[in-house]
Amino acid sequence: MQHRTDDTMSGVHGVVFALDEVPAFQAGNRIRVLTRSPIGHYRVPTYLRGKTGLVEATIEPAAVDNEEEGYGRNAGSKRHYYRIAIPMSELWPNYVGSPRDGLRIEVFETWLERI
Amino acid sequence: MAVQSQTPNPDHNHDNDHEHEHPHAEISQSERPGYYDIMETAIRELLVERKLIGADEIRRQIEVLDSRTPALGAKVVARAWRDAEFRARLLANGRAACEELGISFYDDTQLIVLENTEKVHNLIVCTLCSCYPRPVLGLPPDWYKLKPYRARAVSEPRAVLAEFGTIIPDDVEIRVSDSTAVVRYLVLPKRPDGAEDYSEEQLAGLVTRDAMIGVIPVSIEAGGPPL
Repeated sequence: MQHRTDDTMSGVHGVVFALDEVPAFQAGNRIRVLTRSPIGHYRVPTYLRGKTGLVEATIEPAAVDNEEEGYGRNAGSKRHYYRIAIPMSELWPNYVGSPRDGLRIEVFETWLERI
Repeated sequence: MAVQSQTPNPDHNHDNDHEHEHPHAEISQSERPGYYDIMETAIRELLVERKLIGADEIRRQIEVLDSRTPALGAKVVARAWRDAEFRARLLANGRAACEELGISFYDDTQLIVLENTEKVHNLIVCTLCSCYPRPVLGLPPDWYKLKPYRARAVSEPRAVLAEFGTIIPDDVEIRVSDSTAVVRYLVLPKRPDGAEDYSEEQLAGLVTRDAMIGVIPVSIEAGGPPL
């Protein structure tokens, strides 16, 4: 049987992690921020919706999903946040500055899709 | 420690029938409480009444927040400038390195420390509200919480920086970190030229709140004369 090993977690040899303990994305993955508008509390600014970027780092430890927490539902909803790098020119077509200028932002796993 | 210098002057005696020197209007609340003031009072009283939190816990948390000032962040920055191993630990895990210096994190937030270099200038913002590295800097300035800064820092950071008098050359990359959920950011400014012989305490005296937000550099002139 195979299980995912992950360099960001320093596990003892042979220990299998639960799926939600293992980050779904790794540094270097290309992602898109989902375009959705949930009702309630969430922490993804609208200017990010549908934008593409790069996973720069996984943020440890896994954290509770704010969208669930907003309704008092926490159990089992821990996932990772990722530090995402997005060029300013991707966010703002008329951006004035260096083409290398960029944004960094932490985004919860449920908002990201691999591209 | 620098924080202690902020405690009231013992000569300033309040027991003596309010005889201090500067005249001022009576300190009282004359305006009616606003919508959110009333909401906060109602929720606080409900939580206390239902014994979910105690009045003393609220008072204690205010005391915790009041004890946090930019002097703590300045100490962290000065240590990082003088101690390469500490700097490496700080950049690897900001929270753990601050805890080494006795700065506790009273919540679940993580801290990412962003190093300014010859090639990269970092700026921090919270577009959604006012997330701020409070454990190490205390309360954010008002402009940090207002919409013009929050909106413009992510869309035209160079223009915002220019308004603070900070001109970043085009060959320097600007990285804006938008703090939105569990991570707080602290900028590690560049060590200014001319401060090679400064002690850690003298260096800390140069580091301002705004430099740790990333809107200005640290300079010897702005920080005042050495201690």
